[in-house]
Amino acid sequence: MMKKLVLAAAAVALSATTSLAATEVTWWHAMGGELGKKLEEVAQKFNESQSEYKVVPTYKGTYPETLNAAIAAFRAKQQPAIVQVFEVGTGTMMAAKGAVYPVYKLMADQGEAFDTKSFLAPVTGYYSDTEGNILSLPFNSSTPIMYYNKDVFKKAGLDPEVAPKTWKEVEEFSKKIVTSGAAKCGFTSAWITWVQTENLSAIHDKPFGSLENGFGGFDTKFEFNGDLQVKHWANLKKWQDEGLFKYGGPVGGDQAATMFYAQECAITMNSSAGRAGVINNAKNFTPGFAPLPYYDDETKEPKNSIIGGATLWVLNGKDDATYKGVAKFFSYLSKPEVQADWHQFTGYLPITNAAYELGQSQGYYEKNPGSDVSIKQILRGTPSANSKGVRFGNFAQVRTVVDEEFQSLLSGQKDAKQALDAAVERGNTILREFQAAN
Amino acid sequence: MMDTKRTTFNNKLLPYLLLAPQLIITLVFFIWPAAQAVKSSVEREDPFGFSTVFVGLTHYKRLFADPSYLDSLLRTGVFAVAVTLLSMGLGLAFAAAVDRLTRTSRIYTTLLVWPYAVAPVIAGVLWFFLFNTSTGILPFFLSQFGINWNHDLNGTHAMILIIIAAAWKQVSYNFLFFLAGLQSVPHALMEAGAIDGAGPVKRFFTIALPLLSPTTFFLFIINVNYAMFDTFPIVDATTNGGPAQSTNIMVYKVYQDGFLGLNLGSSSAQSVLLMLIVMVLTFVQFRYVERRVQY
Repeated sequence: MMKKLVLAAAAVALSATTSLAATEVTWWHAMGGELGKKLEEVAQKFNESQSEYKVVPTYKGTYPETLNAAIAAFRAKQQPAIVQVFEVGTGTMMAAKGAVYPVYKLMADQGEAFDTKSFLAPVTGYYSDTEGNILSLPFNSSTPIMYYNKDVFKKAGLDPEVAPKTWKEVEEFSKKIVTSGAAKCGFTSAWITWVQTENLSAIHDKPFGSLENGFGGFDTKFEFNGDLQVKHWANLKKWQDEGLFKYGGPVGGDQAATMFYAQECAITMNSSAGRAGVINNAKNFTPGFAPLPYYDDETKEPKNSIIGGATLWVLNGKDDATYKGVAKFFSYLSKPEVQADWHQFTGYLPITNAAYELGQSQGYYEKNPGSDVSIKQILRGTPSANSKGVRFGNFAQVRTVVDEEFQSLLSGQKDAKQALDAAVERGNTILREFQAAN
Repeated sequence: MMDTKRTTFNNKLLPYLLLAPQLIITLVFFIWPAAQAVKSSVEREDPFGFSTVFVGLTHYKRLFADPSYLDSLLRTGVFAVAVTLLSMGLGLAFAAAVDRLTRTSRIYTTLLVWPYAVAPVIAGVLWFFLFNTSTGILPFFLSQFGINWNHDLNGTHAMILIIIAAAWKQVSYNFLFFLAGLQSVPHALMEAGAIDGAGPVKRFFTIALPLLSPTTFFLFIINVNYAMFDTFPIVDATTNGGPAQSTNIMVYKVYQDGFLGLNLGSSSAQSVLLMLIVMVLTFVQFRYVERRVQY
């Protein structure tokens, strides 16, 4: 009897330790709504695929809130193992050498296979150091594309299957749309800084800042007040005054999507990750997808667009078992089927070549026309120093400055040249502050 | 002088012990963070806290050389004055109106107090929806009068929006205090005034209002503090300080530079300055305005 009891107790104790033995890997992220659910599903599936590690995702609010929470937690020594940081925070994270456990090093230390070449080049380029080592794991990367309303195009007497390729066409089409009364406005745009300034510069192979857009070091200066950018901003102002363009608001420009869904504007430019939202909200019309327009008098061969979105950073100060779990989880995340599933559900780019090829062999892109516009746009041509991406410290602050100057332009307080000059000057002050602090 | 019975405690420690809970709370939640803010305002630090350099008053000097900060000071002034006047004016008007009611005063009091239960951020969102440039109902009405409402681009519109949202929330509070104040005005005085032939308006301005001055003074301080500190969620939920910084009041700028921009030194310096301004204002109010107040 006694023996049985002891055995039973031992069995209970044993089973308890096995279930406790699953090492917890904390993961702070900024994906709300549908994206958040999908993210949790990804973590859930990883947890079910093995029993040693348990990834625990926690939603921490917006991107800036998540980054701040992680920084505050790090200072209080309560940091998560993994934190999702948006592309704007990349400069800050890279400068924080003591806080970050570079992914390439983590994978090597833990003996997990990690081939830089298996990732899409523009994605890895954005998140690598100057030696080409990947510092954070690309997870959700997007690039801006153009969305248009096929029904409004038809009403305006335009071919619904032909999207405007150049800015000249955007202007012509918009005029037709507005004068025919098919819609109140021709086009709008989310993310003025990211889409109409950073990506504009990259596509036309113009520098956004010195030292390879900041990739070369902290001693960089902004240069986005060049002729092209001035011309484009002046055009946007002109088009606004003519009623062809409508401003969607600062930062993410939430109004842009609203106006597009309400069929007030016939065209919008937004992250490829907005695709799911467009399909869900375009109840009364058929949406079309196309690459971003360019100026054909500036370039005949537009370069690749640059990415946005976020990557997963590993923070220092955890034990080896946790890092082992992180490495296993990252290997899982990089699997083609996991990547392809995430990409196809969300509209984010497939991170690896294999995930893109898997989608092709599944016939996903044929079944979902327009779903590969973003991938093709990001893979076209050879990336130059100007189209590799942008990397600046305190960049979130700079984006605010650019937004503010754009508003001064639209409200008529400044002309395009003055607004961009002011943005560059104020941006440089912020860069010097960052340089001094790091 | 009358001889009063006094209990004396000989224990020297007891008073401090009795004060301790309050002192500890003040120390932990006010003095300590304030000291931290002062400390980091003279340092330059990277966000993760690896390198900290003493930089003296650099952050302060930069702020006062920065036109956008001086601009923010001015906007804060405009905002605080407008919110205080609007919310106190309306609060007083409602209180005077309800005070004259007999049977329905309770219902009106309850209804008028409701907005106070709304969290500032919800108040912000509420007005944001009402004024939403593409779907809001107010811009639609305004467009009937030829006003093209656009707080995304028009700084004045944005300022009006946050003033209304911030004042709306505070009207309830002012209303309650004014109502209580009015109800404690002795009836004998009012009746005496009435017998002497003063109408309701005259009675209000010559009898009730002067007797309300302690309440008014108290509310004035509370409202200025509210406008300076507690309006952050309203700005955050509506304009984000835009367009082109036209609603970037000081408390929001502290958040924007510190939490979004991760520029901790400058942000701390700004919060220290904000603290100083409110301290000076309160001091001035107690020193000079209170003298004219009759209790």
